[in-house]
Amino acid sequence: MKSVLPVLTVVGAILLFWVVSVVPMNMHLTADLAQRQNIAVSPDTPVARQEYSGIGLTLRNTHLFGMTYTLDRPRLPSPHQVAVEMWDTIVMKNVTSRRSLVYHGWVTLSATLLGFAIGTGLGILLAVGIVYNRAMNMSVMPWAIASQTIPILALAPMIIVMLGSIGIQGLFPKAVISAYLSFFPVVVGMVKGLRSPDGMQLDLLRTYYASPNQAFWKLRLPASVPYLFASLKIGISASLVGAIVAELPTGARAGFGARMLVGDQYGQPMVTWAALFAAALTAAALVGFFSLMERWTLRRMGMQAA
Amino acid sequence: MPDQSAVISAQGLNLTFQTNDGPVHALKDVNLEINKGDFVSFIGPSGCGKTTFLRCIAGLETPTGGQIFVNGMTPDEARMARAYGYVFQAAGLYPWRTIGGNIKLPLEIMGFSKAEQNERVGRVLELVDLVGFEKKFPWQLSGGMQQRASIARALAFDADILLMDEPFGALDEIVRDHLNEQLLKLWARTEKTIGFVTHSIPEAVYLSTKIVVMSPRPGRIHDVIDSPLPKERPLDIRDSAEFIAVAHRVRDGLRAGHVDE
Repeated sequence: MKSVLPVLTVVGAILLFWVVSVVPMNMHLTADLAQRQNIAVSPDTPVARQEYSGIGLTLRNTHLFGMTYTLDRPRLPSPHQVAVEMWDTIVMKNVTSRRSLVYHGWVTLSATLLGFAIGTGLGILLAVGIVYNRAMNMSVMPWAIASQTIPILALAPMIIVMLGSIGIQGLFPKAVISAYLSFFPVVVGMVKGLRSPDGMQLDLLRTYYASPNQAFWKLRLPASVPYLFASLKIGISASLVGAIVAELPTGARAGFGARMLVGDQYGQPMVTWAALFAAALTAAALVGFFSLMERWTLRRMGMQAA
Repeated sequence: MPDQSAVISAQGLNLTFQTNDGPVHALKDVNLEINKGDFVSFIGPSGCGKTTFLRCIAGLETPTGGQIFVNGMTPDEARMARAYGYVFQAAGLYPWRTIGGNIKLPLEIMGFSKAEQNERVGRVLELVDLVGFEKKFPWQLSGGMQQRASIARALAFDADILLMDEPFGALDEIVRDHLNEQLLKLWARTEKTIGFVTHSIPEAVYLSTKIVVMSPRPGRIHDVIDSPLPKERPLDIRDSAEFIAVAHRVRDGLRAGHVDE
């Protein structure tokens, strides 16, 4: 709870910056519109106005200040415009409607969760392999690292097109991209976690003549739980990004990514921004959920959450 | 041939570690017999091989020369037979297990029944004076209590031999005195054979029936002192002339070992 005030302060600062930025960002569009409505604008031709920066034009047309906040198609929507759009599309629309952000959110979220489950499972399996198998230890990690250096934006369309050509469409290709982004933090965290027991703890098990199986289930796996949660929190947000990116290049008709693209292509910035914020809130909620799970699990395990 | 009737018997034991700076002679020609019910302390400066020797007994290190027998078996066979409990420098309790759960760890691994596990946990907690702490987590206990819990864990499966590697090294003097006293009582009650590594002279003299003074580079036995002190040892025995005489001999041994360098 102590963090509420600092967080609100930062949010306030960002909002202030945003609100102030709206004026110069939209001033050229506002000036054009004002001229059509026979309001005096200086300078009075669009070509001449192009010579000015947004700030410069604002200083010459301070009387247009208020209009910059009410454009239908602003370059930068003001916070209240985004809020209204979000209210309309989240609360006021039926959740089954194609215009409801809840509907689009669920499309993206379902791909995110499926991809996250695949990525986490794969990540844990790879980590176990790396820890227990010498060949995998030497070979897998460089490839895992290399996989993350490829821009996902370049890879996503290829994966979707290739899977599409063998008849796999819809949820699964997006989940593959989510999994591609989320397995990596899980591998890294779990390898570290499974290796976290020190020599003394391993020696102790040797004195009991414990089998490797027992060492895994009784020592390595429980010891890796705090590391796993740190990875899951990174992995789930990466998964969401993956699902959205997967929707962008393929003309998906539903999902946060589709909404962002539609807003962009049809000149509806509020739609794009609303989808952006809804995605951010979804990510925050997912990470928050795993934070709660982490605290609950570690408390139940007797280890106090950091 | 080493004497196979002794609980632990080492003959001409050598251990050389290969390191990047060349071979390190951790143990050189170590000969030692430990009889049933002995309390043997290994004392010496760091690098004298006292911990290495204990680990050889436990089968955690493999000697490069010589022979060692534990209960007439090789250390590895003894390890498989679960012949000893090992107490490390740190308590090393699993933070995700309660004290009771930690003590059950070896019992689960060795396949004791649930009822047997509970019965044994109760018994060893009583031995180390931790009754009522079964459901507590390690972080809720002091360092001394944690180390007692780790001793309980080593006692739980009824090994005849207890190997302890500087178990009280990280604890303060007062707690240490208290635990030493308790350890002696526990030893008297359970009649176990104990191998105890320390670098405290008073601790070694107070606890042991046999004190093995070791010296470093290469690690070897410098002196073996059979303690003349009675089995019954109140803490104030440390002011007696006999105690001081033994401590003196240990100190002389340690000093002589150092001059050799």
